[in-house]
Amino acid sequence: MIGHLRWPATIVFVGFVLLVSLLGFVAARWKRADLADLHEWGLGGRRFGPWISWFLIGGDLYTAYTVIAVPSVVYAIGAYGFFALPYTILIYPLLYVAFPRLWAVAHRKNYMTAADYVLGRYGNKWLELAVAFTGILATMPYIALQLVGMEKVIEALGFEGRGLAAHLPLSIAFAILALYTSRSGLRAPAMIAFVKDTMIYIFVVAAIVVVPMKLGGYGAIFDAASTAFDQKVATSGGKLAAGLLLAPQQIVPFITLAIGSAFALLMYPHSMTGILSVRSGNAIRVNAIALPAYSVMLGLIALMGYMAHAAGVHVADPQDAVPHLILAIFPDWFGGFSFAAIAIGALVPAAIMSIGAANTFTRNIFKPLIDPGLAARDEALLAKLVALVVQVGAVLFVLRGATRFALDLQLLGGIWMAQVFPAVIFGLFTRRFSGWGLFAGWATGMALGTLLAWTPGAWVPVHAIFGSSFAVYNGVTAIVANVVVAALLSAARPDWARNETEEEYADLPAGKAAA
Amino acid sequence: MKYLLLILPAAVSLCVPFYNMMEPRLFGFPFFYWLLLLLIPISSVLTFLVYKGEKR
Repeated sequence: MIGHLRWPATIVFVGFVLLVSLLGFVAARWKRADLADLHEWGLGGRRFGPWISWFLIGGDLYTAYTVIAVPSVVYAIGAYGFFALPYTILIYPLLYVAFPRLWAVAHRKNYMTAADYVLGRYGNKWLELAVAFTGILATMPYIALQLVGMEKVIEALGFEGRGLAAHLPLSIAFAILALYTSRSGLRAPAMIAFVKDTMIYIFVVAAIVVVPMKLGGYGAIFDAASTAFDQKVATSGGKLAAGLLLAPQQIVPFITLAIGSAFALLMYPHSMTGILSVRSGNAIRVNAIALPAYSVMLGLIALMGYMAHAAGVHVADPQDAVPHLILAIFPDWFGGFSFAAIAIGALVPAAIMSIGAANTFTRNIFKPLIDPGLAARDEALLAKLVALVVQVGAVLFVLRGATRFALDLQLLGGIWMAQVFPAVIFGLFTRRFSGWGLFAGWATGMALGTLLAWTPGAWVPVHAIFGSSFAVYNGVTAIVANVVVAALLSAARPDWARNETEEEYADLPAGKAAA
Repeated sequence: MKYLLLILPAAVSLCVPFYNMMEPRLFGFPFFYWLLLLLIPISSVLTFLVYKGEKR
C-alpha cells in the first residue's frame, strides 16, 4: 500500500494538510462570536473585509477540480480548454454591477441565500424552492469532483490500495474537514484560504519560471504541444479536433460555453455564501478588480497541459497530466508542496460548498416545507448536520466509484445552475418580471437543458440548434428559452408588487457598513 | 459609457475569430494565448477606473 510512496513528497504533503487542519479548528476563535447563530457559523457574521474575501472567494471559485480539469482538457485537445479565460473575464463585470446591490438588500433584510432573496423579492414560495433545489442539486456533484482532484494527487504521491483501502487517505482528510467545518463554520475555509492560495501562487510562479527553463522556452513548449496534437489528429483519421488554435467547428461551442458557464458560476450556493459574507458592497467592487489575478493564474495553470506534452508526459487519463508534470519537473519535496496546494485547494471549496448547501437546505427547504417555526438555535444545529451529510455523501460518491456519474451531473449542474440567473439577477434591476413568470421560465430551461444534453450514448454539453451546422452550449439555449417564457408570461400577467424599494439596493452608509 | 468600459474586454474575448491565430507571437506565445492573458489585467484596470470614477 505504501511500498512505492515518495517519502519526501509525502512528508511535506502530510505536514501541510495537518497544518491547515489545525487552522480549521483554531478559526473558531477568530473574530469571536456566537457560532450557534447561523449568521455567524454560515456567513462569518458578514464581517470579512476586502483582503480576506479576496482569498476566500478566490479559493472558493478557482477550485482544485479546476486546477486539474482545465489543464487536462488543454492536454487532451488544446485551445478549447482555454474557454476558461473568456469565461472568467465575463463574470467580473457581473460581479461589479449586480452583487453590491444583492449584498445591500441581503444585509438589510437578513437574507443568507439566493433563495431567501427571491422569496423576499417575489413572495413566491415555489420560486424559492426552485432556486434552492437547483443549487443543492448542482453542488453535490461539484463537491464529489473536488475529491477526485484530491485523489489524483494522492495517487501521484505513490499511494496504492485496493478496494476501500484505496480511499483511506481521502476519507481521513474529509473526516477532519467535517469536524472543523461543523465547529468553525465559514471561518475555517476563510482562514485556510490564506495558506492555500499563497501555496498555489508559489507553485504556479515556480512552474512558469522553472518549466520553460528546463524545456527550452515557451516557443518550444507550444511547438512540442503542436506536434503532439498533429500526431493525435492524424491517428484519429482527422475525426478529433485538437490543436493550438480552435477548429472552425469549435468556435461557437467555445463562445457559448464561456457565456453559459459565466451565467452559472455566481449562482452556485458556495459563490453566494462567499460573496454575501463580505463586510460591504465596496468590498465586492474591490474584489471585482482584484480577483482577476486568479484568472491569470488559471490561464498559466491551463498552459501546464502544454508543458506536460513538452516534458514528454504520456498519460492515458488526461487528469493525470498535471500531477505527472510536477513529478517530472520538480524535486520530490517541492512536488509534495505542490500536491498539498492542490489538495488543500479541494478542502476550501468543499467546506464552503457544504456550508452553502446547508444554509440553503435549512432556510429554503426544511423551514418552509417541514417546520416553519424553527428556532434560530435549531437552524444552526440543523445546518451543521446537513453540512456533515453533504460531506459524507460526497465521499460515498467517490467510494462507490461513481466518478463518471459525478462528472455527468457536474456537466448538467452547470446547465441547471444558469437557469436560476433570471430569477436572482433580473429582480435587482427591473420590476418587469413576475414570480410565476420566472418560475415557468426556470422550469422550461431546466427541462430543455436536460433534454438537449441527453443522447443515447452519453450526456453532451453542446447541441446543434435548428439543424444548423454549429453546436451551441445547452446552458445558453436553455437560458434563452427560459428568459423568453419568463418575459412573455410576465407581460401577460404582470405582478407589480415589489417588496423592496430602490433605497434598499443602495450601498449602506459608510459608518454602518463597517459596523 | 461606464458600462461600456466594464464590458469591453469581455466583448473582445468573445470575438474569437478575430484572435484565433498564431501570429504575431510574443515571447513564444501565439496571439490566441497572449491576447487572452492580456485581456485579464486590462479588464481589471478598466474596472478600477470605473470604480474611481464612481467614488468621486
